[in-house]
Amino acid sequence: MPNLEHPAYPAAALLHLEGLVPCRESQVSMLLSIFGERQQFSFPSIFIYGHTSSGKTYVMQTLLKTLQLPHVFVNCVECFTSRLLLEEILIQLQSCSCETEPTSPVPCDTFNDFVRLFKQALVSRGLQDQTLYIVLDRAEQLREMEANILPAFLRLQELTDSNVTVVLLSEIVWELFRPNVGCFDPLTLYFPDYSIGHLQKILSQNHPPEYTADFYAAYINILLGVFYMVCRDLKELRHLAALNFSKYCEPVVRGEANERDTRKLWKNIEPHLKKAMQTVYLREISSSQWERLQHDGGEPGQLKGLSAHTHVELPYYSKFLLIAAYLASYNPVRTDKRFFLKHHGKIKKTNFMKKHEKTSNHLLGPKPFPLDRLLAILYSIVDKRVAPTANIFSQITSLVTLQLLSMVGQNDQLEGPRYKCTVSLDFIRAVARTVNFDIIKYLYDFL
Amino acid sequence: MSDNAAARGDMSTCSVSKGCFVFKPSTKKRKLSQSTAHDFGIRNDDSEDTELRFVTCQSLWNQIKSETEKVQEDLNKQLLDNLMNFLSRFHSEFQEKTAEWTCRMKFREIPTAALVLGVNVTDHDLTFRSVSDFLQNNITPYIALLEAKDCPGIKNLMQKLMGQLMNCYVDVDSLEDEDYVQVSQNRIRCSMSSLIKWYESVTKKTDSETPSKKRTTSTHWQSPPVVVIFKDMESFTTKVLQDFIVICSQHIHELPLVLIFGIATSPMIIHRLLPHSVSSLLCIELFQSLSCKDHLSTIIDKLLLTAQFPFKLGEKVLQVLINIFLYHDFSVQNFIKGFQLCIVEHFYSQPLSVLCCQLADLQKRVHSLSHDQCENIRRLPSFRRYVEEQESGKQVALLTTDNFLKEETQKLLEDLHVYHENYVSVLRCLHVFTSSLPKYPLGKQIRELHCACLENQVWETEEYESSLQLARMLNKSDLVTMLQQCMEILLSSSGKEFDKTVEKLKKFLTEFENLEVAEAFQEQDVSISSQKELQKKTDLYHLQKTLLELKESRRSKKLTKFEMLRFEVVDYIDSLVRKYLVPADRRTLHEILYFNTAAVLRGHLNAAPRTALHTALNNPHWYLKNQALKCDGGSISNKAPDICIVYKLHLECGRLINLVDWLEAFSTVVMAGEEPNADTASSDQMDDIIHARFIRAVSELELLGFIKPSKQKTDHVARLTWGGC
Repeated sequence: MPNLEHPAYPAAALLHLEGLVPCRESQVSMLLSIFGERQQFSFPSIFIYGHTSSGKTYVMQTLLKTLQLPHVFVNCVECFTSRLLLEEILIQLQSCSCETEPTSPVPCDTFNDFVRLFKQALVSRGLQDQTLYIVLDRAEQLREMEANILPAFLRLQELTDSNVTVVLLSEIVWELFRPNVGCFDPLTLYFPDYSIGHLQKILSQNHPPEYTADFYAAYINILLGVFYMVCRDLKELRHLAALNFSKYCEPVVRGEANERDTRKLWKNIEPHLKKAMQTVYLREISSSQWERLQHDGGEPGQLKGLSAHTHVELPYYSKFLLIAAYLASYNPVRTDKRFFLKHHGKIKKTNFMKKHEKTSNHLLGPKPFPLDRLLAILYSIVDKRVAPTANIFSQITSLVTLQLLSMVGQNDQLEGPRYKCTVSLDFIRAVARTVNFDIIKYLYDFL
Repeated sequence: MSDNAAARGDMSTCSVSKGCFVFKPSTKKRKLSQSTAHDFGIRNDDSEDTELRFVTCQSLWNQIKSETEKVQEDLNKQLLDNLMNFLSRFHSEFQEKTAEWTCRMKFREIPTAALVLGVNVTDHDLTFRSVSDFLQNNITPYIALLEAKDCPGIKNLMQKLMGQLMNCYVDVDSLEDEDYVQVSQNRIRCSMSSLIKWYESVTKKTDSETPSKKRTTSTHWQSPPVVVIFKDMESFTTKVLQDFIVICSQHIHELPLVLIFGIATSPMIIHRLLPHSVSSLLCIELFQSLSCKDHLSTIIDKLLLTAQFPFKLGEKVLQVLINIFLYHDFSVQNFIKGFQLCIVEHFYSQPLSVLCCQLADLQKRVHSLSHDQCENIRRLPSFRRYVEEQESGKQVALLTTDNFLKEETQKLLEDLHVYHENYVSVLRCLHVFTSSLPKYPLGKQIRELHCACLENQVWETEEYESSLQLARMLNKSDLVTMLQQCMEILLSSSGKEFDKTVEKLKKFLTEFENLEVAEAFQEQDVSISSQKELQKKTDLYHLQKTLLELKESRRSKKLTKFEMLRFEVVDYIDSLVRKYLVPADRRTLHEILYFNTAAVLRGHLNAAPRTALHTALNNPHWYLKNQALKCDGGSISNKAPDICIVYKLHLECGRLINLVDWLEAFSTVVMAGEEPNADTASSDQMDDIIHARFIRAVSELELLGFIKPSKQKTDHVARLTWGGC
């Protein structure tokens, strides 16, 4: 195990830090060597990337906190405009390393203002002789702000002419960021995923006080055996571990097994975890419902998950409108004659098809259709005469609000509006069944 | 609806384009009683009773409105209670802040209630209002209602959210918040951190002040949750929702947020909108509101199948309203609005509707009827029918003596009220029977049965016949429970005529009890032997055959006591039906209490903009009522407005219309009536005028959306409506 070593920082602090960042020692020591000593200039910008919950934010935060380096930590999702972002940095800068009441924030609209105010703040806080770290979490959001923000942050050291390092944290690679030529390339650093061994080690670290570490480690082992295939998110795994631990302990609490009886415990917990994978992990049922279920000893079958409620009750004509829209979306226009005209004659599919139509329309997805075609199909599939009343038209609009249809290109009001049907085949079949309409017979793909 | 509004003269639209205009009846309008009452009488010459009619109409509507509000409150109660439980559970969790191991390890999720409300989006407002009122009164003052159309980006969402939350603080106690009122919205930094600061300051303030100002905050919880309601989840963009949830989850420790998603379709939409990484930040629980069909049933039950209100709906009208509900919108609000329209229309168009009042007022009103009104009564078709049935002496008296007529009218109206009371009770009894029959020949819902009974004499229909057939095959336990239910219905009804009926039903029940002992053995034998036989056969054909044989043998056999009794019961129910479920339009004076002009209602509610526009352009006489415009068949009169001529000509064209040809045709039609002897100079000038008229008419058509300029061919326009060749 590489011990963290750096002449600039006290050994005790480094040892403490090492305990806090398990499995990330090499990255931390790398960062330390880049940072150098407090007063030394560091690299102008560092880009750290890695998968979800590979410890980027956590490592940066603990590193900066335990070594008491002056820093500003900003989440770019939260600061959704550049102004908010810049102001947030200034506010944090004001409050950092000084106990005085923060003065009211100064408006900072442009990067130019920012550089000026930033320099003032540095001087007034007496931070000129130390490296200041600005950490921008979820840096991919920066790309959506004004074009100058990202390049300017990369060159902040140069622009402000002061000892500052910008650290960008992101889940995507630098190549997707690079704005244009001439932009300063940051030092990129990759945080690899935690391996199963790492996960085991980290998760086992926080065992509940009532039980021994070994007992908990065995539990984590089983948990990872079930969930590692689908989920490597440390946060999520820890959450799942906490949710299901009481069930694991049940035999021990009841006195049916002791803590070493791994096999018995495994038999008890394994089906339970599998169920958890299908329900609570997918958020089909919420964690609190899961806990209550576990507490009451009920079967998870009693609670229907979110996906179980697929049924949507629609007014009679809305159902037909939706069916008509589905047919219009998935049938080629030329086939309408064959489906909706009484004396269409026999048209065989094979010689009727063009080459490109041989691929299933269901694989290609819905195609847009004009309003008139929708109405024409509607009139031919409804048995009764339908008057084109405002009620019918407003139903089309409400289907669009319900996201069952979607409007395509609404730039021209006079042009007949075009729609797409966005529901799935299963859904439309369920709808068609309620009105006794055999939709399969009308679909070109199933001819 | 727009026609009606225009007729009343208080609303109008200044648009000629196609489209439907929805007028929400504002509550203010009802308060302008004087002027509206005046309007009420415009159409009818006898303005004596208009005032009274208007007042009656208003008080009736107010009664009905409060009744519907009560019903809705009751229906929402379950949902609100569940929501309350949900919130309180999370609230206690938030308050505890224990250092317990599981709590530390668990990820703090944002509690989220997914409210599945059904597709009738128009009704949602009401539900949300009651939810937010409820929360405001019981749990927390901090509620924000967000709509997708206000939140195209996360910035707008935060602005809206903070605006609503910080204003709601003003509502709680308006003394302490001067500094908040001063701070305009723009000056507050629109970020989560300022929201948290605000929350800390307000909770601290209320915490320190609770002892002194108990009355304002006592109902709210300590450190109340901040509830954010997304009214139309489906319409929000994914990006906005995701960002918002990610931001919230970062601050959930400082700010007890609760999200409520209003979902119109199915909860699947959550998974469709949010990726797993975001939905794993939420703790979603599902709450289902009552289905709108059940809601409608309750409303019909409470508004129509009750003797509480003198006003009733006829069969056709009810059918129109129900059809709009089932076929088009599923909106209970619209149903109630339609019902309101019926009331207004009835009191407006029927002068005799003064008599549509509670029984207590009836005598006074009947006696103060004017001679004209008496004549109105005599003109009623149902009354004429009644007169014809009387002997000649009485006929003369009825037709000539007003006072006699008045007395008779009062008696008849009282009869009508009694009829309705009895009708409802017996209808419910019949429904007990029909709703448990296989395949529901008379409909599952009581509203279907109600319509069937109103339409014509129900006992003459085939469905009724088959229902009786099926009822004759009911087993004993079912029959007994049904009889008990009927008895309860009849006992609880206010009608006085049912004492005998109840006694009769009681007798049936005791007889059934007696049967139990006597026939227990006998039945058993038969059933065992037949069952044995059934068990032997396995294939369908043989099974059917034996069943048929069994039936035959049973028929030939003397009926058992139970079967006899069953026949008796069914016959008795049949006799009740024949006695009490006479359709309302067979009753004398039904026009006064029953509103049955479905055509008017249909005209108001089923707006058909396309048809109306076509009629206006194709047959201007329909609206303009000018004799000169009256034309027969497809010919085009040159007197018609230019746009009508242009429209008619364009109907004959294909998808692309040549403007030159069109102009030619137009000028031919216009010139048809003129004398052809004009000299060249004036005809040139004429041409210019015609040209200008033509251009104007064409651009009007374009404005109406019938044509648009085409880029495919020069001098051509494209038709936008179908029907072309």
